[in-house]
Amino acid sequence: MALLRGVLTISRQGQTNRVSFVHEVVCVRQQHSHVDSSDSQYDRLYPGHIPTNPIQKVLLAVGSGVAALQNPYRHDMVAVLGETTGHQALTALRDRMKGDPEGCTVLTERPRIRLSTLDLSKMASLPDKSFGREYLRFLEENRVTPDSRADVKFVDNEELAYVMQRYREVHDLLHTLLGMPTNLLGEVAVKWFEAVQTGLPMCFLGAVLGPLRLSSSRLGPLVTSLGPWAVRNGRQARCVLSIFYERRWEQSLENLRQELNIEPPPLTVMATIQKAPSQS
Amino acid sequence: MKFRFNMAASIRFLVRRMVRDYSRNINCSVSCQIVRSSCPLNLSACRCFSDNAENKTTHFGFETVPEGEKTERVYKVFESVAQKYDLMNDAMSLGVHRLWKDMLLHVMNPQPGMRLLDVAGGTGDISFRFLDYVRSQEERVARRVAQANQTPSWQEISTSYAAPGQEEVEPRRSRAIVCDINKEMLKVGQQKADRMGLTSGLSWVVGNAEELPFDDDQFDVYTVAFGIRNVTHIDLALQEAFRVLKPGGRFICLEFSKVANPLLSQLYNAYSFQVIPVLGEVIAGDWKSYQYLVESIRKFPDQETFKGMIEDAGFFSVRYHNLTGGVVAIHSGFKL
Repeated sequence: MALLRGVLTISRQGQTNRVSFVHEVVCVRQQHSHVDSSDSQYDRLYPGHIPTNPIQKVLLAVGSGVAALQNPYRHDMVAVLGETTGHQALTALRDRMKGDPEGCTVLTERPRIRLSTLDLSKMASLPDKSFGREYLRFLEENRVTPDSRADVKFVDNEELAYVMQRYREVHDLLHTLLGMPTNLLGEVAVKWFEAVQTGLPMCFLGAVLGPLRLSSSRLGPLVTSLGPWAVRNGRQARCVLSIFYERRWEQSLENLRQELNIEPPPLTVMATIQKAPSQS
Repeated sequence: MKFRFNMAASIRFLVRRMVRDYSRNINCSVSCQIVRSSCPLNLSACRCFSDNAENKTTHFGFETVPEGEKTERVYKVFESVAQKYDLMNDAMSLGVHRLWKDMLLHVMNPQPGMRLLDVAGGTGDISFRFLDYVRSQEERVARRVAQANQTPSWQEISTSYAAPGQEEVEPRRSRAIVCDINKEMLKVGQQKADRMGLTSGLSWVVGNAEELPFDDDQFDVYTVAFGIRNVTHIDLALQEAFRVLKPGGRFICLEFSKVANPLLSQLYNAYSFQVIPVLGEVIAGDWKSYQYLVESIRKFPDQETFKGMIEDAGFFSVRYHNLTGGVVAIHSGFKL
């Protein structure tokens, strides 16, 4: 799998914004690709699946938890922690999605959000304040790409594995919907929202430990306005995984927020690009 | 003897190229006959370039793969684990692998002036220990000489009178050559050597254990530590070992082996299959490589069978010592 590092450059010429996209294809050695070719050994339910017994899951959960705490930039460890501890939450999420007609469609059609599946030039030509345009703006301002999400490995149910993958891929869209950048404060706010929405233990862990690393000047806004707003919206919003985002790029962001029952953010959190890279 | 082996090597190369350039469905018997008529000793070499190279299968852990594929997949495994290899070794064996390697050196008991070939040496653990051991031996000898010089015997005084202009005979320097098929592992090893300040007497060579890039009769000691089970054709590696050793040279292999005690075996299996891949995932981010490693241990022949294979390659006085109840065994043989 090639890791596409998209470098967007915007040049403003008078009134028009021209977005030129420079792809830098970096072939990252896929660590598991050399074993994927023959799957006679493992009863793998989906590509990348590694079956594990309960003992191994416990060991993985503990190990990945320790590793993630020691080095929060190890996104793969956060991912593993989420997978090994999230079975109940994923089941509940899947049932919620089944109860929603659009969610059912998502579960059947299994859309994936990747640079290869997005029509970026079309999205760039959409009007300002439309969901697709704002998402693209979020990607370029924060210098992130949707392709950096790890594949699911340790979930032993094919449908739940998709739910988990969808959750990861929708994370960036949530940033756009909530208007939060990828700095620590923005990430913590999104984590609080996700924790209430999804019930994943990994989100709760992130939501609790994230604020510990915040400076006191940022902790204030979090506790007084951003935090309660995120929790409130997490409770009242529709299940964010049930939305078929890929068909809603043209929809206006305000319209989408109203439909999902999400209030616009009470504060504008500035994207500080010099800060830490995107945390899952 | 030497000429025939050289001829065999060049003919093997030629035939291999022929087979590769033409269709792969060359009749096995034809290619085998070409080989057989020229080098009657190398019958077993037939296997690696018969038309069945793709149909013949071997094991990759518990999987069955075509022989041609195994080398490449093993390469990828070690390329992926190279950076965290030493850390993982310490984590998986709780540091005991250092004791095993020290034991290997103790069995080897190298003397100053010996030349070591460390095959599948990767990150260089054995070679570093070899050089340290030999240096400490040299220092011991130098200390003894210095002590003796403080109270010289009448013989020494007379010899120093007799030959005032004679040059000191330079003691032969010990050399260690680390040979590995994988460049990543060698790179990590070189970085380690630089950090430790070990530069003299150490060389790093890329090479395949089944076809070593060295002349015959070159080395005093040939070691392979935790590497031979990853070789596709172990018998070829043993034959190459025999070839490059000097007469009187010693072959020593440190490898995982079969645990005899059933209780210990169960504990060991449980630990290998439950804990090690988890450690691989958490520390190195690579479950599958470590799954392969523990499976490949199970596929390796037991102590007696391996001893038989070493004897088949022509070594004499083959023995093995079990360490940690058979988890690891040191096999040793001599070329006479």
